Formats: sequence, C-alpha cells, structure tokens
Amino acid sequence: MFTLSFRHDFRVPDLVSSALRPLPLLPLEVFLRQLTSSIVARHPDILERIGRTDLLRFGIDPVDVPFAMEIELRDGTAGVRLMRSLEERMLHARITGTLAALMGLVDGEADGDALFFSREIVVTGDIAAVLALRNAVDAAEITLLREAAALVELWISQPGKLLRGLLADEAGSGSKVGGDPVRR
Amino acid sequence: MMPTDASDLELICPAGTPAALRVAVDAGAHAIYCGFQDETNARNFPGLNFSRSDMATAIDYAHRRDCKVFIAVNTFPRAGDIELWRRAIDDAAALGADAVIVADIGILSYAADRHPDLRLHLSVQAAAASSECIRFYTEAFGVKRVVLPRVLSVPEIADINNRISCETEVFVFGGLCVMAEGRCSLSSYATGLSPNMHGVCSPASHVSYHEANGEFVSRLGDFTINRIPANQPAAYPTLCKGAFQAKGAIGQVFEDAVSLDASKLLPALGRAGVKALKIEGRQRSRAYTKAVVGAFRAALDAMASGTEIPLGVLKQLSEGQSATCGAYVKTWR
Repeated sequence: MFTLSFRHDFRVPDLVSSALRPLPLLPLEVFLRQLTSSIVARHPDILERIGRTDLLRFGIDPVDVPFAMEIELRDGTAGVRLMRSLEERMLHARITGTLAALMGLVDGEADGDALFFSREIVVTGDIAAVLALRNAVDAAEITLLREAAALVELWISQPGKLLRGLLADEAGSGSKVGGDPVRR
Repeated sequence: MMPTDASDLELICPAGTPAALRVAVDAGAHAIYCGFQDETNARNFPGLNFSRSDMATAIDYAHRRDCKVFIAVNTFPRAGDIELWRRAIDDAAALGADAVIVADIGILSYAADRHPDLRLHLSVQAAAASSECIRFYTEAFGVKRVVLPRVLSVPEIADINNRISCETEVFVFGGLCVMAEGRCSLSSYATGLSPNMHGVCSPASHVSYHEANGEFVSRLGDFTINRIPANQPAAYPTLCKGAFQAKGAIGQVFEDAVSLDASKLLPALGRAGVKALKIEGRQRSRAYTKAVVGAFRAALDAMASGTEIPLGVLKQLSEGQSATCGAYVKTWR
C-alpha cells in the first residue's frame, strides 16, 4: 500500500521548546542567513519563479519553538531575521505551523494544500505571494540537509570567506530589516 | 465501443513545475499535462507553470522515459487579443508536444489548419457532454480525444463511447467542479477573473484568511466564503464550496468541500470504454504528485494483474479530507 512517509504531525516537545527559550538567537540567525544566501545562490530559479521585484516580507511562525523568522525578498535578494515573535504590521504574509510541517514544505515532503485542509498550517496576508513562494520553493527541489551540507562544505573550503560573512552578519545583526511599512 | 483493458488504460498526470513533471514521470505516469507561464492555461497561478525553455527540457526528459507530454492551451482567448493563444499552439508544436489540450473552437481551428500533424485533445473546459457535441469536434477539427466533463455517470459515459469514434479521458482524482466547466461565472462574478478567460478560479490575489471568534474565515473579494470551526477541515475558497444561509439553515448549497476519488470505479470506467484516466492538481506540490500518481499507477498495475485495487490511501491529500465518486455514481438523483 502506498502511504505518505512524511511525519508533518511531529511537534517539538514542550520541554525541549522551554529549554530553547533562554538561548540567544544570534548564532542561529547567522547560520540561517548564510543558509538562505547559499540556497538563493544555488537555486536562482526560486526568485525568478516568484517573479516579483517589490518588497515582500514573509513571517514564518513555527508554533512549537520559541522563535519566529522573517524572510525579506527584494530586488532579487533574500534576507532573514530571527525574533522571539513576529511584528504583524511589518509583514505582507504570515505562515504558521509546526516546525516539522514548515520544514516539510521546504523539503518537498509535505503538500501545502493538504496541510491547509487539515489546518496544520495557517496562512494570512498576501495569499498570492504565499502561493508564489510555495510553488517556487517546491519547484527548486530543495533538501535542507543537502543545503546545510553544501554550506558547511563552503565554510571548510573557504574559511576566509566564512569569517568575512560572519563578521558582516554580526555587524548587521542589530539593524532592522528595511522597507516601507505594510499597508493591508 | 470496446472495453479498455487495464494494461491499455493511460494514466494522465498533472505537473505545475518541471520538478513535478519529473516526479510524475518517475512515479509511473503514461502522459503528463502542463501549461505555459501565462493565461493560456487554466492553472495560471503565481509561481507555477513552464517557460518555453522549461518545456523543451521537460519534454526531452519525459520522451527519454517513454512518457508523453500534453500541453494545455485551454482557456478562451479575449476578443481582439488572440495572439498569445496562437503563439502557445505554435510553440507547443515546435517543442514536440504529443498533444495540445484545447477548448476554444477558434484555437482548435487554428491548430488544425496550421499544424495538421499536432494531435488535438478537447479540454474539459469545452464541456462536451453529449455524443453529438463530441462528433462535431471530431468532424470539424479532427479531435482525437475528449476529456469528459465531471457531470456524467459511468453508464452515460459508456453510452457516449458507443456513439463516437474518438478516445475519451475522464478525471479520477482531485478537485471537483460542480458547475459545467468552461461556463462557470462564479469566480468572475466575485473577482472579475475566471478560469475560463484568465486561467484562475478564485485567484489568490483576491483571497484572504483570518481568525474570528475561534473560527477560520475565508473570503474571496467582498464575499465571506466560509467560517470553519476549530479542528474542522478547510476547503478551497471558491464560491461553489462556500457555506451559505438558505431557508434558515447554513450549509454547502452547491457542493461539499470534497475531492474526487474514483479508484474503485477504475474497472467500470475501463469497461465503459474510457481510454485515459486523468489526475487533477497542477497547482499541487511534488509530494501530492508523487503520492497520487504512485497510488493510481499501483491501482492500474493491480488491475492488470488481477489483484485488489488499494483504496482510501489518499484521503489526507483530499480537499476537506474526504472523497466522493462524484457524478460517476450520481447518488443525489
């Protein structure tokens, strides 16, 4: 019998989530920035497929971990910011779900419509932008593990570049992601 | 009409992106249907579909694996603005598509005149639901296959197949339209955009969701489509699936939020002379494509080997998380 193998119903245990709460966000944010830059460089078709050059700011809100992520797309670039909670007024769209469901969408292991039907993810704001992002990411055939491995490989092979990247990230970490306030 | 053996039934699978096409081919599709990145096809959604370059690569990938590619050019051109549709037909022919799926008689005429070797399939959007209608298309344009609208019972399909000379293709899984396809104006009424002219039913640009009083509220344009209590399955925000108040009761007036799953009818559809089985869902993900194509290919293989068809394995992918055999059994009559 054919079955879906992806466990999008997995939820990070409350104990683990609580243990993560006091940890600083900066190291993870630096890693995610590097990872996002690497993914966009390796899959330029993602931004092409989204097909919009205006500012788009997505809030990614995993309900079972004590942080959220803001992804900003503008003029063919992507930026990431990690925060304890999302600032709704700064967002064009928001995607909420468990970490496993959200990662499953990126990895192509979960179907966005099915997660929507079962209410495991909730989307609000600019639905056309969410749809474009979902379709573009699905088309890119991303595997997060493979992307992380590619990044680590880059770090190992280019330590100087890594250092410059980390310093640049650290210098920019206190600044707010720019752009006009959202009007919805 | 001759019944179609299980081994001769073709599985026609959706692909909204080149990645989904590769997944569908690898999962056992006999043919893939897809569209260009514009309003010439009925799934003109953000981030979806194929550039000309994508299409060339995708056709090559499929053909190398003995899988056909059909290109949908199945919306109706606007008056005075037909070039986009003509170019889609020309490019489909130049790229080596195995067939084009067309609904508009002007585009069918253009394709038949300019590309006599290009195989023509009549789209479900043409709503050809009678043998007389289908014979017109076969005689006038040389249409080789008709995708039947999802309003016919299995005996009605068998009757049509007895009276026509071309092949028929029917939907076996995915989203349902309760209206006569190609003629539904609900989306146009609510948003000004329709699947028939623009390739979008209930366009995402006009959809909004929010929570209110513990309910999940979906809106299309100025209309509230649904208010769904917590833990109840959600549905697409289309007017036909919306809940309305009528005669003091609130409920789905036109259609329940449910997907088609005709897995258990595959033998009956084969006996009714159907040649090809179509899966809906070009707007869905690679995960959907892999699961649904895999399940239906397994079902066809089970039929061919005389073993039991696995049933009910795709419920979690269905709209409203429930399934129906739709008009094929017409229990509501």
